[in-house]
Amino acid sequence: MTRVHDMGGRFGDGPVHPEPDDAPVFAEDWHARALAVTLAAGSLGQWNIDISRHARERLSPKDYTRFSYYEKWISALTDLLVESGVLTEEDLRGEADKEEHPLAGRKMKAEAVAGVLASGGPADRPSSVPAEYAVGQEVVTTRPTANRLVDGGHTRLPHYAAGAKGRILMVHGTHVLPDSSAHRLGDAPEPLYAVVFPASELWTNPEHPNDEVVLDLWQSYLGPV
Amino acid sequence: MPHDDHDHPHTLLPPDPALRVKALETILTRKGLIDPAALDEIIDTYQNKIGPQNGARVVAKAWTDPDFKAALLKDATSVVADLGYYGRQGEHMVVVANTPEQHNMVVCTLCSCYPWPLLGIPPGWYKSDAYRARAVREPRKVLAEFGVTLPETSSVCVWDSTAEVRYLVLPMRPEDTDGLTEDELAALVTRDSMIGTGLPKVPS
Repeated sequence: MTRVHDMGGRFGDGPVHPEPDDAPVFAEDWHARALAVTLAAGSLGQWNIDISRHARERLSPKDYTRFSYYEKWISALTDLLVESGVLTEEDLRGEADKEEHPLAGRKMKAEAVAGVLASGGPADRPSSVPAEYAVGQEVVTTRPTANRLVDGGHTRLPHYAAGAKGRILMVHGTHVLPDSSAHRLGDAPEPLYAVVFPASELWTNPEHPNDEVVLDLWQSYLGPV
Repeated sequence: MPHDDHDHPHTLLPPDPALRVKALETILTRKGLIDPAALDEIIDTYQNKIGPQNGARVVAKAWTDPDFKAALLKDATSVVADLGYYGRQGEHMVVVANTPEQHNMVVCTLCSCYPWPLLGIPPGWYKSDAYRARAVREPRKVLAEFGVTLPETSSVCVWDSTAEVRYLVLPMRPEDTDGLTEDELAALVTRDSMIGTGLPKVPS
């Protein structure tokens, strides 16, 4: 069982509303601010991308559904700052002292922004786990979809693709396993593959017999056919 | 263990989202943990410097230079990095080419993964529940909402960005563009055509 964010294939959401190419990047000023605060706080180095994704997914289903996109970001960031010990609940209430924080030395400075954004954070790592599958080979995904290390934990196999038969399309090398990394259990890198599934393997009424869906899946999400 | 307590700390901040952001920014600034000038710099980067114009240059070059296109389809990460397009949310790039037989379309059903160095910050619809829920199950109906109808002879391949690999669609070069320069071609490449929900403009 996964969480509310795992919505691929869901019915009932209504039409998509396209936007013109020249629409503003940020519809509201606070959207831009929310994104920037999140990136700047991330550079304090107290969590990784998987931990921050999981913080958004762990919003209660009620909050996840009613919050707008950047509301999820800012609320999850607040939760993460407290959980990781950067801020206290007293800080959030405005009751704490104004002494400089032990992590203040890690503050992202304006002149460092371009370099930090340009250098990124690659997710590939050397791994001792050998690739079990080759391009063209048939595989089946695990079922049910779940984090096998932490009950209710982060995982990147969407429920719509659980127990589905597909074929290895690309081998991406060895990447950090989010199921482990999101819970501070280490990078646990393992082979990552692009796996192609016929739409008919995933949906009761596919739109076209030749349509396909490709997902990037870690080796531990897969088994042989 | 995941924290599933229902006294989430975010409820201690004002409920209005704009005020919530402002409150958090103020607290973090006062503690010396963030620099408002750095926030301005981050916003300026994604508002003015990094956007779909980057991806459009890559596409136009691929349309005019077969060797570049072949290299791009083989190892996009290093090829676009050579053009200066690398960084956060673009560390592992794959470019997928549309053909008369196959149309490609990119989604992130689990969150909002998107190739930032080439396309910038994703548009609102890309992050919407409707797109995330429907793109994998009924891509043709979603395409119709963008005004795109594919021939029955074309299959649709939807790429769900479930890992740190980021996908960019290489649309087909429009007809009657033989004499155009790379810059003129880049002007035909829309953001949506590189996500796969649109087609390039045709020359007027």
